[in-house]
Amino acid sequence: MEVLRITTSGSVDDGKSTLIGRLLYDTNSIPQDKLEALHAASKRKGLDFTDLSLLTDGLVAEREQGITIDVAHIYFSTPTRKYIIADTPGHVEYTRNMVTGASNAQVSLILIDARKGIVEQTYRHFFIANLLRIPHLVVCINKMDLVDYDQNRFNEIVTDFQLLLDNAAFKDQVVRFIPISSIYGENLATRSEKISWYKGEALLEYLEQITFDHGDSNHPARFPVQYVIRPKTDAYHDFRGFAGKVASGHFNVGDEIISLPSMQTSRIKTIQQFETQLDTANARESVVITLENEIDTSRGNMLAKPGQEPAALKEISAHICWMDQTKLVPGKTYLLQHGINRVKAKVQGIQHVIEVTTNRTIEDKKELGLNDIGKISLKTAHPIFADPYHINPANGAFILVDEYSNATVAVGFVE
Amino acid sequence: MSNQINWEFPQALEDEAIYILRETAAQFERPAILFSGGKDSITIVRLAQKAFYPGKIPFPLLHIDTGHNFPETIEFRDQLVASLGVDLVVRNVQDSINQGKVQEETGKYASRNALQTVTLLDAIEEMKYDACIGGARRDEEKARAKERIFSVRDEFGQWNAKMQRPELFDMLNGKIHIGEGVRVFPISNWTELDVWNYIRREKLDIPSIYFSHEREIIERDGMYWPYSPFLNTTEEEVPFKQKVRFRTVGDMTCTAAVISEADKLEDIISEILEAKISERGARMDDKRSEAAMEKRKQAGYF
Repeated sequence: MEVLRITTSGSVDDGKSTLIGRLLYDTNSIPQDKLEALHAASKRKGLDFTDLSLLTDGLVAEREQGITIDVAHIYFSTPTRKYIIADTPGHVEYTRNMVTGASNAQVSLILIDARKGIVEQTYRHFFIANLLRIPHLVVCINKMDLVDYDQNRFNEIVTDFQLLLDNAAFKDQVVRFIPISSIYGENLATRSEKISWYKGEALLEYLEQITFDHGDSNHPARFPVQYVIRPKTDAYHDFRGFAGKVASGHFNVGDEIISLPSMQTSRIKTIQQFETQLDTANARESVVITLENEIDTSRGNMLAKPGQEPAALKEISAHICWMDQTKLVPGKTYLLQHGINRVKAKVQGIQHVIEVTTNRTIEDKKELGLNDIGKISLKTAHPIFADPYHINPANGAFILVDEYSNATVAVGFVE
Repeated sequence: MSNQINWEFPQALEDEAIYILRETAAQFERPAILFSGGKDSITIVRLAQKAFYPGKIPFPLLHIDTGHNFPETIEFRDQLVASLGVDLVVRNVQDSINQGKVQEETGKYASRNALQTVTLLDAIEEMKYDACIGGARRDEEKARAKERIFSVRDEFGQWNAKMQRPELFDMLNGKIHIGEGVRVFPISNWTELDVWNYIRREKLDIPSIYFSHEREIIERDGMYWPYSPFLNTTEEEVPFKQKVRFRTVGDMTCTAAVISEADKLEDIISEILEAKISERGARMDDKRSEAAMEKRKQAGYF
């Protein structure tokens, strides 16, 4: 069974929590006792309907303020698919949460209030979905009930949104617009009769048929070595297995491999998943690989195929999103974690900052603080074996860790 | 829609969990598995077995024994430990009570559930564990829905929801200062159904109390409680015999039973999908207030 990961963003009050609550309700994912608690909570708030949005509010502070502060994870499944929603707040001060939620998603779901059309936050959500190259974008034009299910209003918003798409850097995103009313469940699980002019699928129908291969099958083979298994028991006296999760591409038994950075080559002897011997390890599978001969390989190294190995990078240019209260300090050395491999990296300079809502680069701004997105250059103490993010996302991202606070202060995308 | 049962376990979840366990072994010096004997921690042990095969599981199991466990769970624990050859460390809530660090609760809802946090934190300090692997899942409860995979805790084991590190892609940052610790949750993204489908696929043994059996119970607040010497009962609460099973395994004082004839995994899974009550709805410890779990997490609970 496939797992489809969705990230949702929306502005305050545009009905995102109601939409998610409704999807759970329509897929019978809310147990009776939780539903009764919702009835009771809605009544206490003086509402005459069951407020499904209350389902996604988690922390005490969030309930008090009626907003979402952090990324919440919500799960539901249909007979064919398991869904994971990373529900993130939409406000500018939560840009880092949006980026976090988007980092694992195959689908970005953007909500627009039909009365308001595109607002500042829509630009931000779209920019992030595009920067992270999320394969699918679903734009839900919500609250259609409040504009009398008017087709012209829907078309106006679609036309406005088209301008964003025309100016986007990543053109291969599959985009779909759906008119919905989350409070009445129109076009969510089933097609709406009130919006008969819309001939496409309802939201859930559309999600059910989205196809994706994680974009990994056409990518070069990358295997970061996580852990070396050496049992040293009588039965496995000389066993030396390289445990890891295939980042991209695939490996077959018998394939010639090159280990980075030692540049030594060997052949794959076995690929194992517990007691099962496999012929192939595909992207995202956790396996153990053994080699024909002993070569110098340990945690943090990478196996690739000779001739297709990534370049050894010491000078890196990257877009980053800054995620910490303390500003980026040019000239400071951070720990750069690329996948599972850590190296020291010095920030050489800030090239520019991007004004996300207008997609403009501001050349003379040389400061990156919390929630800012910009481009920087880095120099690493040892080479890393990353691909440009736009060519192979699974091997093109990194995080920066502050050596003193140990906090994750930024995420970066290699150019 | 969900009346149709999907028996297939999403393999991506196992690959992710094994990746997390290997990161834990690589990034920390002294990790341990928090083992309760429940289905989630049994799943964690299985994942650890698969992650390091043909090597041994590189973590000891830590069990915080409240003294109010189901005897079937303890029996199961000892068998599992013997068959896998892993180390087991047991620390007792009774000792924390004897040392005067915690006080036994009184009244008919008395439970040792909240008390075990102190015993756990003492054990972590004594054994110098820098990472504790737990079977908590985000679908269980709303505070848990916001939990990280590597959850950094301060010296007092406290969870600070607002100071959590962002987790990007699959990159895990386990760097901590001396005295801090990390709680690791490899099955964060699993649902209760995923766990059951996994147990079924892997043919895992689980304690017998998950299956239908005859037991003495009492009725309280519309739920069925296992009758035991640990449960403070009133005069009206008269025990009677009934075929029941347990959906979640906590202490005998805070885990409600469901009336059930299900004695096979398939029947249990069907029951879950039709169930009218959520998994943690059978846990008295969560019913204390709307933010019960959030408060316990802040205090250093899982």
